[in-house]
Amino acid sequence: MRKRWLSIALAALICLSFPAMAWAEEEDGGELELYTDEAYYTRFAGQGISINVYNWGEYISDGSDDTLNVNRAFQDLTGIRVYYSTYATNEELYSKLRSGNANYDVIIPSDYMIGRMINESMLLPLDKDNIPNLQYMDETFLNPIYDPGDVYSVPYTWGYVGVIYNKTLIYDEEELGSWDILWNEKYLGNILMFSNSRDAFAIAQSRNGYSLNTTDPDELRDCLEDLKAQKSLVQAYVMDEIFDKMLGGEAALAPYYAGDALTMMDDNEDLGFFIPEEGTNIFADAMCIPKGSREKEAAEMYINFMLEPEVGAANIEYIGYGTPNAEAKELLDEEITGNPVAYPSEEELANTEAFAALPQNTSLLLDELWTELLSNDEQYNRILVPMIMLAAILLSIGINVQRHLRKNKRNYFS
Amino acid sequence: MKTKATAFPYTIWMVIFIVVPLLLVAYFAFTAQVPVEGGLAGETRTVFTIDNISQVGKFAPVLTRSITLAAIATVICLIICYPIAYIISRGGGVYQRTLLMLVMLPMWMNFLLRTYAWMTLLEKNGLINRFFGLFGLGPFEMINTGGAVVLGMVYNYMPFMILPLYSIMTKIEVTTIEAARDLGADGLHVFLRVILPLSIPGVKTGITMVFVPAVSTFIISRMLGGGGYLLIGDLIDLQFLGNAYNPNLGAAISIVLMVLILLCMSIFNQFGDEEEMEGTLL
Repeated sequence: MRKRWLSIALAALICLSFPAMAWAEEEDGGELELYTDEAYYTRFAGQGISINVYNWGEYISDGSDDTLNVNRAFQDLTGIRVYYSTYATNEELYSKLRSGNANYDVIIPSDYMIGRMINESMLLPLDKDNIPNLQYMDETFLNPIYDPGDVYSVPYTWGYVGVIYNKTLIYDEEELGSWDILWNEKYLGNILMFSNSRDAFAIAQSRNGYSLNTTDPDELRDCLEDLKAQKSLVQAYVMDEIFDKMLGGEAALAPYYAGDALTMMDDNEDLGFFIPEEGTNIFADAMCIPKGSREKEAAEMYINFMLEPEVGAANIEYIGYGTPNAEAKELLDEEITGNPVAYPSEEELANTEAFAALPQNTSLLLDELWTELLSNDEQYNRILVPMIMLAAILLSIGINVQRHLRKNKRNYFS
Repeated sequence: MKTKATAFPYTIWMVIFIVVPLLLVAYFAFTAQVPVEGGLAGETRTVFTIDNISQVGKFAPVLTRSITLAAIATVICLIICYPIAYIISRGGGVYQRTLLMLVMLPMWMNFLLRTYAWMTLLEKNGLINRFFGLFGLGPFEMINTGGAVVLGMVYNYMPFMILPLYSIMTKIEVTTIEAARDLGADGLHVFLRVILPLSIPGVKTGITMVFVPAVSTFIISRMLGGGGYLLIGDLIDLQFLGNAYNPNLGAAISIVLMVLILLCMSIFNQFGDEEEMEGTLL
């Protein structure tokens, strides 16, 4: 998720390394060490069953660069055909499911979107007896705020938001560690912000000690005032453009997702990362089965397969986000699991809060405040635009009719 | 009116892909989803309302800014492209074809990619500033300004100005200009009395073809304006892919924008309307 930029680069890379990939594909399959017995996986073999999986782009280990091809391994093991397709944003997934023409068996949305889908009864409850590998999950990631009791979802990855900074552009190391540095006037024009209302407001909410899921309009207004005060210091509101800008040393400070920060730090040694002490947003993507699924049991089997420690480890190595699977984490490289940015200590994450689904009213208000922040306007007259519209239409018609009449007249005389 | 049978497929095409979507946009703009009282969670019904259109009032500054920036970009485009189109139209053979090709070539590349390239050029540590840095100048603040947004528009929509100008100017015969000269007109008069009036239809088409996409553009402001120059296109984008998912308001903004463009074009078409022009759009 949130890796469009990366996916473009990777896509280019994959195209370049095509011969290598073809060779790698012959390698995998058959050598996996399974934690659930084989009889469980082979019970649908030969029945010609297929499932549709809908996932983020570049969000599964796909066999490139000698990695495990998860979908092919699943197919070889179970005889269930996997039709795999990808999306770029939660909203894209949502509108596709809403339009009602899509038919998917496994989807992997983010936390707040899962909450929303549960509210709008778009998901099916999972049969946990059919997903024995659930026992390997890390307790801390179970029973999340967006899906109490883990009825509808199984966590796939997790991550959190922190501040990425350029060491060469920081005046005083002492100031690091708090959200306040993003409001520090010394960094005028050197700060990047999220160009996404929920994430941007979450920063102001953490700084003020409000809940990230507040529905109180006054608290949201407060946050808006904070963000307005910050606006003059902000160089730009960005999403994926942050990679270019931070790598090129364009800005000193930028809040972003930890997994992507790691990618950037690999490419530029001047970059550092901290978790603000006031707390931050922790997010998760989880596997769900949407209503309309035709092969629910096969879909659960697929979810179980994704929880196989070896499969999970392969996916995480490919994606770069955190894994909620304790056994899979054991299998990962010491270099990854020992990295404080990838896996911070529990104390550092003590203050974090996950996004839940917001009521529609709050979502609308949030977008409205966000637009107000970016366009700096407060007052408006309710009948102004309808009146202008009417006048504009009449004027256009008038002009065209008059032109027509004039033309007719001219033709008459000539 | 008599239509030929061969036009029939096109009529069908236009109804399905132009008229129906327009009606759908209008339908969305004037309706809203409200929760059913006492119904299930997530159950809604549709009501007719003018509220969406009213709400567009909140975005009046964004509308004004979009129109202003697009107008500036259109004028700059015209000033730059007019001489270019003239030079191309006066050239002949390989020379003309090469120049035309050079105009078209950038359009083969993806629009996003071209805008992304400008980002790397204009940045504080970008190529242009580094070049000036060699002489001890700068760094200049270029990206994240209104100017950068206008530049992006001018750059991206230039071919749409050059091509109509070019096609109308090739129709101006050399003999016409020679005749004007024979009758004693100097360079300035040839331009004012002969070339300019004859090229007006091209100018009008060009302006329409640049202004309309420029006013509704949505990614340029985010990439070159640093997100601080929210344009009307970004606003519509936000209604569909933002966090609230409000297609009704999105459709309302689109309708308002369409009406405003219609007005701009109607007023504009008043100028130089003495004779029936070829090549005008509206």
